[in-house]
Amino acid sequence: MLSAIIALGVLAALIGLVLGYSAIRFHVDSDPVVDQIDALLPQTQCGQCTYAGCRPYAEAMAAGEADINQCPPGGEATIQALADLLGLDPKPLNPEHGEHSEKTVVVIDEQVCIGCTLCIQACPVDAIVGAAKQMHTVVRNECTGCDLCIPPCPVECIHVVPLTPTIGNWVWPKPSEQVLGDVQHG
Amino acid sequence: MAKSATSFSRPAVASFDRLHTFHGGLKLPGHRELSASRPIISAGVPAILVLPLQQHIGAPAECLVQPGDTVHKGQLIARQVGTISAAVHASSSGTVTAIEDRPVPHPSGLQAPCIIIETDGLDRYQDSQSNALDYTRMEADEICDHIRRAGIVGLGGAGFPTQAKLGCGKHKINLLLINAVECEPYITCDNRLIQERAAEVIEGARVLQHAVQADNCIIAIEDDMTVAEQALHTALAASNATGIKVTRVPEIYPSGGERQLIKVLTGREVPSQGFPSDIGIICQNVGTTAAVYNAVIKQQPLLSRIVTVTGDGVVQPQNIETLIGTPVSHLVAAAGGYTHDVERLLIGGPMMGYTVPVDNIPVTKTLNCILAVTREEMPAPPPAQPCIRCGKCTDVCPADLLPQQLYWYARSSNQDAAQDYGLFDCIECGCCAYVCPSHIPLVQYYRHAKSEIWLAEKQTKASDIARQRHEAHLNRLERIKQERAERMAKKKQALSSDGGSSDKKKAAIEAALERVKQKKEQAEMMPRNVDNLTSEQQQLIDAVDKRRQQKDESE
Repeated sequence: MLSAIIALGVLAALIGLVLGYSAIRFHVDSDPVVDQIDALLPQTQCGQCTYAGCRPYAEAMAAGEADINQCPPGGEATIQALADLLGLDPKPLNPEHGEHSEKTVVVIDEQVCIGCTLCIQACPVDAIVGAAKQMHTVVRNECTGCDLCIPPCPVECIHVVPLTPTIGNWVWPKPSEQVLGDVQHG
Repeated sequence: MAKSATSFSRPAVASFDRLHTFHGGLKLPGHRELSASRPIISAGVPAILVLPLQQHIGAPAECLVQPGDTVHKGQLIARQVGTISAAVHASSSGTVTAIEDRPVPHPSGLQAPCIIIETDGLDRYQDSQSNALDYTRMEADEICDHIRRAGIVGLGGAGFPTQAKLGCGKHKINLLLINAVECEPYITCDNRLIQERAAEVIEGARVLQHAVQADNCIIAIEDDMTVAEQALHTALAASNATGIKVTRVPEIYPSGGERQLIKVLTGREVPSQGFPSDIGIICQNVGTTAAVYNAVIKQQPLLSRIVTVTGDGVVQPQNIETLIGTPVSHLVAAAGGYTHDVERLLIGGPMMGYTVPVDNIPVTKTLNCILAVTREEMPAPPPAQPCIRCGKCTDVCPADLLPQQLYWYARSSNQDAAQDYGLFDCIECGCCAYVCPSHIPLVQYYRHAKSEIWLAEKQTKASDIARQRHEAHLNRLERIKQERAERMAKKKQALSSDGGSSDKKKAAIEAALERVKQKKEQAEMMPRNVDNLTSEQQQLIDAVDKRRQQKDESE
């Protein structure tokens, strides 16, 4: 009886040690939910969600303070992804925050620019280069299309332009869905 | 497919005598008689050459010339950027007139940056032709360098930069496969190339074999290419090459696909998402092999290729040796022009090719076939009907996928599930769509899904960069704020702690204030009762003012 208890006790202690060791040794850091949400947001940093960028919005969502339908640049796709991640029902985009549109970029009309640097200060991703009283220009590849540089411009020389389709970002068109006598499939 | 990944350690098959089969495939009407029997003609030098900066998979080349520059034939005009990229050379001599966006051979019909050369008709090289090099004395790296500098890419259609594919020394290669299996109907450019230039192909194969140090080399041709086989055997006998074998494979579409051909010849499967080099095999197109011969032995960059111009829509279908950058319209004219009932123009074969709306596009390195078809030859597909789950597509799929499942997922934009079902193992051969009794454009669904996934990946990358830049921006603002706060703190400290100097400063400030006060008082000390003065009084005052002024000035 006593030997059985001792044997089992030693065994339990050994297994406990092994388990304890492996819990530390093979510890996997799970992604904090804020990071997971932030990864789904488009990183436009436009502030249309009323927060000061994508990360603060993600933090607010994680804290349950913000809804998942406040991101116009992300649109339906982002709402769906957020709903999947957070286990919520998807809902339509809240029109208070704006409407979803295709991605655009801004260009500076370099003839009109007076070099006031206000747009440089407004750009959340430092995509505008220039110096005081020198012409400014937008680094097109880095522009997220947040349009935050437009209101501060005193001479209204910043214009929104759609992204030109190139071979690099072209998508094969989906075949027409008008199938003869089609039935609904799951 | 997953199983084959574990077969990596299996000992390599020493002899490749027995042929194997791959799953599915189709027997298609060849239509090769249209162009196969005629010798290759030259298209000559067109008036204008349009050379796209991207004629390959990977990064576009970087332009090295400016409008107005005179270029000679074979001059490097755009250099390679990064490993997966290829250089572009002027394919004839002339003047660069512009560097601008022009329509290029692409299913989108969009424009891309091109270098436009107005040819002078002289077709002259800069220096006299150099002597043939002895490749047997070269290291693998040196051969790869020659290939890289010649701007060679896979001429079979995919356009993967050849030096990147060879990897040169990175993998242990057991078998070099020269692919001359033109399984797509209509196309005969590789067939004609072997028939007329078998010796170049054999020499190119030997160079490649030397570069990758492969023990075995197989030149794979199709069953019906008897003349080509004869030419290869003659050239082999003349060259005393060892370890090179010519094998005929059955005419089953798509036996010319890299993975399918490897399966037929070796019985082994390339791992899903892997490369043939993972199982010790390198596969090169026969046209690429001839280009390697030119690059390494004759030291000539890739300036031309053979294009099959065929279909009932052209008067005289044939193979044409074409300078890269020649407009398609020029080639069609060289083939006798269009017939009156031409309906559509395709780039590539009828199975994997795509329709182009215009013929002012240039021939690129990867363009192997121009197919002008009539309505009877290739009628428009009837409208698609619902999938009846007959499973015919699954029977013919050479990649052993479930096309029907892929269709549902691609159609409902369920990209994750489509990828789980091996969307990226699809080679877009078109067999499934060919047999579909409901005429569903299956391949277009897969292409759509693939390009959507690629676009999403690009967007994720872009947003990751935006996140980093935004974080850097915030850090910068924070740093500036902190630095300013530190500066202010230092100044304050300096003012309060440094007693002696602060007294001096205070005294100086007080003195300044005193001066300002005095000046103000002076300004207020306006003379009074000066309205009705006599002339003498006025003179006196003037004299005093003058003195004062002089005194002020002297001070």
